Amino acid sequence: MRIFGFKLPNMTSLILWGLVWEILGRMEVSFFLPPLSSIFVTLADIYDSKAFVRALSETAVAFFGGLFYALVIGIPLGIFMGKNRFVDELFLPWVNMFMSAPLTALVPVLMVLFGFGLKSIIIVTTLFAIWIIILNTRAGVKQINRSLVDMANSFGANPIDAFIKIYFWAALPEIIGGIRIGFIRAVKGVIIGQLLISIVGFGSLFELYSSRFLMSHFWAIILVLFALAFTISELLAMLAKRFDYYASKRG
Amino acid sequence: MSDNVNAVSVKGIYKNYGDVEALRDMSLDFPKGQLTSLLGPSGCGKTTLLKIIAGLLQPNQGEVYVNGQIVSEPGPDRAFVFQDFALMPWASVLRNVAFGLELRKVAKSEREDIARKYIKEVGLDGFENSYPHELSGGMRQRVGLARALSVDSPVLLMDEPFSAVDEQTRRKFQEDLLQLVKEESKTFIFVTHSIEEAVYVSDQVAILLPRPSRVSEIIKPSSFKNKDVDSIRKDSEYLDTVEKIWKSLRSYVE
Amino acid sequence: MISRPLTLKLLSALLIFGSWEMASRAGINYAFPTFLESMGALWNLTISGQIFVAYAETLKPLVTGVLISTFIGVGIGVWVGLSEKFDWLVSPIFIIMQSAPLAALIPLVIMAYGIGITSKTFVVCIMAMPVIVLNTSGAVKNTPSSLIEMAKSYLSTEREVILKIIIPSASPVIFAGLRLGVSAGFIGAILAELKITPTGVGDIISYSRMTADYPSMYAAIFSIIVLAVLFLNVLERIEKSLFAGNDLGYVS
Repeated sequence: MRIFGFKLPNMTSLILWGLVWEILGRMEVSFFLPPLSSIFVTLADIYDSKAFVRALSETAVAFFGGLFYALVIGIPLGIFMGKNRFVDELFLPWVNMFMSAPLTALVPVLMVLFGFGLKSIIIVTTLFAIWIIILNTRAGVKQINRSLVDMANSFGANPIDAFIKIYFWAALPEIIGGIRIGFIRAVKGVIIGQLLISIVGFGSLFELYSSRFLMSHFWAIILVLFALAFTISELLAMLAKRFDYYASKRG
Repeated sequence: MSDNVNAVSVKGIYKNYGDVEALRDMSLDFPKGQLTSLLGPSGCGKTTLLKIIAGLLQPNQGEVYVNGQIVSEPGPDRAFVFQDFALMPWASVLRNVAFGLELRKVAKSEREDIARKYIKEVGLDGFENSYPHELSGGMRQRVGLARALSVDSPVLLMDEPFSAVDEQTRRKFQEDLLQLVKEESKTFIFVTHSIEEAVYVSDQVAILLPRPSRVSEIIKPSSFKNKDVDSIRKDSEYLDTVEKIWKSLRSYVE
Repeated sequence: MISRPLTLKLLSALLIFGSWEMASRAGINYAFPTFLESMGALWNLTISGQIFVAYAETLKPLVTGVLISTFIGVGIGVWVGLSEKFDWLVSPIFIIMQSAPLAALIPLVIMAYGIGITSKTFVVCIMAMPVIVLNTSGAVKNTPSSLIEMAKSYLSTEREVILKIIIPSASPVIFAGLRLGVSAGFIGAILAELKITPTGVGDIISYSRMTADYPSMYAAIFSIIVLAVLFLNVLERIEKSLFAGNDLGYVS
């Protein structure tokens, strides 16, 4: 949008929304909507509190743990599926199925199988993130320029060389795109896991704050979570852009 | 006065894109019933000029006259043929061709009759109910041409209409276009970057040069116009004209 | 002879369900019934009619939520795509919603709207809405400019450009957005039933977990996943046949 010929940057309307929030909060329109400023005050209070730091670190462990497994299993499996027709036909229906399945329904199973702890949440996170990573990697490998592979073979590359030096790099833009979406899904997964297995991380804080009706505490956590998710997803989007030149070269 | 001779005139057109000057003080006349080509290297503003005539772009300064009247927006007196065909993929050939009439609120049966006539005329008989993705590039452009003809505008604006079709189809198109100019009493304004094409199809060729954009010369090939389509390409004036234009343009090509 | 893809699908199903059966028989976990036991439980739930009652309950907030999100989401999306001002104003909210873990809002939704169907419908809506809005607005913005120029050069009004060019041209992507919205809606509906109050399929899952009737629990989960996947596949098929030529026809 432009005002007097000056282009307003994209996300600047959030400032306006923040103001609206503040005004509505001050007018005490709803008990559930405290003024934005009071939420920031609360956030300044709790950000170094023990409970908050513990929740954040527990969440971070579960999140990065889950993402780690999704990457180390997902990328090689995706490359395999892209290269080998048999493996592809064997796994693709299942990957597609889990991609669109409501994975939330599996959380109760994980709870009874792996207990009410970190392990289950890590698995939930992996389950949310892995399918798109597999699919994107596979798509990346599938579109690799055939002559690139022929080139490697003509110079006598062995399969492992080809795997690491050609397939991985040639499919990198798609892989990074997959990681980005996988990341967003992992954030959702880790929170859904914590909500349903509500004794760890932010899950327990949500329970605590909502049972005591501590609205600004509650919102403070939400703002932190949303801001973190958004920032990292934007950073990954910027990273993905840096690989755009790949796609243009493929023509 | 001059509007008896010229179907379209542009006078003193300036057009800037931000800081970039696309057209500077461009004036040009397009005689009635003739085909005028705008020929030049890419970046010389020929498509910009065409879209200004169409009323799709507004000039910063200057006027466009169609039959003596100043125009500033699209009107029923001009029909456009697009480089990328601009066909609606969700509509059949029949609806695509009749679309101009549909927008002019012509009743359905009437506009479909007219569309059928022009579909036949461009040689797409039997493809009325096909969809654009089922047609080849050349056939798609015939649909675009039929759409432009069916609104029966006195002026046809063609923006590199043959650049997206293969070479054989293109030659056939050029021959058909010559025929069309002879049969229909319409004024054609034709943008191209192919010298041979311009010389082959035009009554007059306006050569545009870039930076700043200007008309460098106007060539009116005449003697070979009455020959039949096959002998034109061997005609010595045709070959000389192509050679002459290439000489004046070559210094602008990196 | 059976075709190769079908053979492989059967083989792959056999492999997965077989390893489920084997793993369970090997007794790795007391809460891990065999595949056949679970299917038996599913059969029992089906003939007793229990599962149909449950789905009628589960689908209520899902269908309502998806319908509301469709109408509001497509409406907002078209508006965002057409108006630069509105785009500036509301797009950031949906972009953030898209990347944010919206599930975190559920405790708040419960506090505000209680534990009834309103809350559940609301959860479905906030999950489904962002992707619908963003897909719609993206599709509207990406309308090929030469189609719009074409319509203008043939004297169409603003209204006709929207109705005859922009909406038809955007509809495949809008439809794909709706499909993703339904997918997100499923997640929301189940999450609501597991987190807010156990009703419908969520009730079968929670109840059988408490009574340690694991085969029934697995059966219910199996059925909801299969239902969601089948439904989304049907939507995808419809999408493909509906818009067969749309993405092919435009390019020169």
